[in-house]
Amino acid sequence: MTKTRAGGVTNFDAWKHAYAARAENLAVSEVRALFSVVSRPEVVSLAGGMPDVAALDGELIEKAFESMMANRRNYALQYGGGQGDLRLREQIQGIMALEGVHGSVDDITVTTGSQHALELISDLFLDQGDVVLVEAPSYVGAVGIFRHKEAHIEHVFTDEHGISPLALAEAADRLAAEGKKIKLLYLVPNFANPSGVTLTAERRVEVLEICKERKILIIEDNPYGQLYFGKEPPKAIRSLDDSNVVYLGSFSKILSPGLRVGYVLAPPAIREKLVLANESAILSPASFAQMLVSEYLSIADWQKQIVTFRDLYQTKRDAALTAVEKYLPKIQTTRPDGGFFLWLTMPTGLNSKEMLPLAVNELVAYTPGTAFFGDGRGAENIRICFSHPTAENVGVGIERLSRVLNQQIDLLETFGEGN
Amino acid sequence: MAALKVLVLAGGISHERDVSLKSGRRVADALTDAGALAEIKEPDGELVGHLMATRPDVVWSTLHGAVGEDGTLQDLLQLAGIAFVGSNSAGARLAWNKPIAKVLLAREGISTPQSITLPKSSFRELNAESVLAMVGTELGFPLTVKPAKSGSAQGFTKVSEPKGFAKAMIDAFAYCDQVMVEKFVEGTELAVSIIDLGDGPVALPAVEIVPESGEFGYNERYTPGQTNYYVPARLESTVLEEAARIALIAHRSLGLSQLSRVDFMVDESGKPWFLEVNVTPGMTETSLLPQAVLAEGLELSDTYLALARLATKN
Repeated sequence: MTKTRAGGVTNFDAWKHAYAARAENLAVSEVRALFSVVSRPEVVSLAGGMPDVAALDGELIEKAFESMMANRRNYALQYGGGQGDLRLREQIQGIMALEGVHGSVDDITVTTGSQHALELISDLFLDQGDVVLVEAPSYVGAVGIFRHKEAHIEHVFTDEHGISPLALAEAADRLAAEGKKIKLLYLVPNFANPSGVTLTAERRVEVLEICKERKILIIEDNPYGQLYFGKEPPKAIRSLDDSNVVYLGSFSKILSPGLRVGYVLAPPAIREKLVLANESAILSPASFAQMLVSEYLSIADWQKQIVTFRDLYQTKRDAALTAVEKYLPKIQTTRPDGGFFLWLTMPTGLNSKEMLPLAVNELVAYTPGTAFFGDGRGAENIRICFSHPTAENVGVGIERLSRVLNQQIDLLETFGEGN
Repeated sequence: MAALKVLVLAGGISHERDVSLKSGRRVADALTDAGALAEIKEPDGELVGHLMATRPDVVWSTLHGAVGEDGTLQDLLQLAGIAFVGSNSAGARLAWNKPIAKVLLAREGISTPQSITLPKSSFRELNAESVLAMVGTELGFPLTVKPAKSGSAQGFTKVSEPKGFAKAMIDAFAYCDQVMVEKFVEGTELAVSIIDLGDGPVALPAVEIVPESGEFGYNERYTPGQTNYYVPARLESTVLEEAARIALIAHRSLGLSQLSRVDFMVDESGKPWFLEVNVTPGMTETSLLPQAVLAEGLELSDTYLALARLATKN
């Protein structure tokens, strides 16, 4: 065998000296590694916030694909405009109107999922140390972006009626008095990820007023609004104001996250910058995916599909709540009227992040509450996603989770809460 | 010579699945480069049938966690008469159980930090607070708390003061029903890999581990750039020779075969303290054994193929 290399020092990253300071925030984590196990079929995953795409009408998707290839193939396979396909944007207008949101087709920008829209907005508005106000807890993907932008993430007290206007005003005034620049309020007002709670109509008005008075831009992220169980949620905040709100929507939950198509409706000045930023980042959103969505919306009864999703997720939500009541009687849970998630609160002293390896051993996975806070909180919380497993498996997963919790409660009692 | 059919086992239902998959892909790629026919397979309900139907020339397991490291897989392969790279079930069992391995090596005159192993059940009968107070007093702080049977760094905590002791125990019990509390040795962290290419086990150049954060945790192990590795280690040659000697004793006295990695702390006086031995060392891009192989001047692909070929003759 040949000699290849002499000894020396290595850290396996020859470019460590060259990274931007913000790249320091990017590191592997044990929790992320644990999610690798979730893909095993033996494991019931209550972790990832995934829709049940098996409930889609596959034939309709195939028809949409065939129609696209027959009628718009050369457009679908070509670069597109930075703002997105015009026909799709017109169709998006119709979807937004269902929630009282009206805006010019010129003010809509198609993005690679609404996550990309959030990235673009954060890039436009956030300098290091700028404040973003968010719910407590808040969406993990948003927390990740804001953290990467080195923003100050301020969680505002949130209860079963959504973010508290009183706490919002207090936080904004306190931070302003400290000399901080408060740039954004990020909200998922309908069936929030991860808490499942919905902001009441009264609070929407109050939140808007508080932000307008203080010139804080509201980022209203609404991927779940159409997925209600029974009663519709209140109209979007954007329906009340078109200058102080940037509205994000997505096809990930009402159609397919694999297509990665989302959109943002923004006031013209912001929209102008968003389009330029979009072009700068990706030239154009994927034409192929946009046109497939557009064809689907043209030929399919997509509202009927949404009704199918609502019924399905309601059944799963019921299964989840029944299982929590049966197996986890000491655990508090939210009772969402739509969306994908339950938010559990465990007894003091339990740590959901540290419990996760035990849960994986019991063949169930969830997302620890710490993922949804930028300030280290959430150890006593668990997010349960009921949308993806079958209703039966939702129950199985929660029963398995109860075994883990009981073991942990046993350990906690053994070692004491003051450990 | 016909191409060797190697089934690389990787993944599994374990919190180390991700690391195992990375190790498996590295091994399979290196074997393929050397001309072997390497197939990666995750253990599942079809594994036994797959093994019996395909009868690979040799199995190379990079499975971390219980099934891959506690002797179970090795037992099954031995029963099926299928050759595999690495130690047999008896050796794997001894190495997997850290407290047992420490006892056996102490009998060989090897220094290993004072420790105590505490099963979860014992705390139900004894008062936890008083047990931990006594252990803390006797071993002194800092000390380390780790699952008695586990790989990687998960469940490991260095405890500097009594306050964090109970929490560290709860963390470790999340990974194993037995926890080992060990006196912490200040000094230099060192790993000595052993390979046997047919002429008997050889200690490869020792790798000195210097994590930027000061602790060699999960992030430091698997995020490139978080840890500096010195190969060979920047220690006196007499110290390195002593570490190599101990590593070889550990490999032999536990009855290990072909490859292993022995972990040490070298104290300020230059004395190497044995911590544990691993029969399924990590083989990822940042892992220690591949670094030692390269530092020895060997090609990974040639070395892995040689190990696989030799396994068929054992």
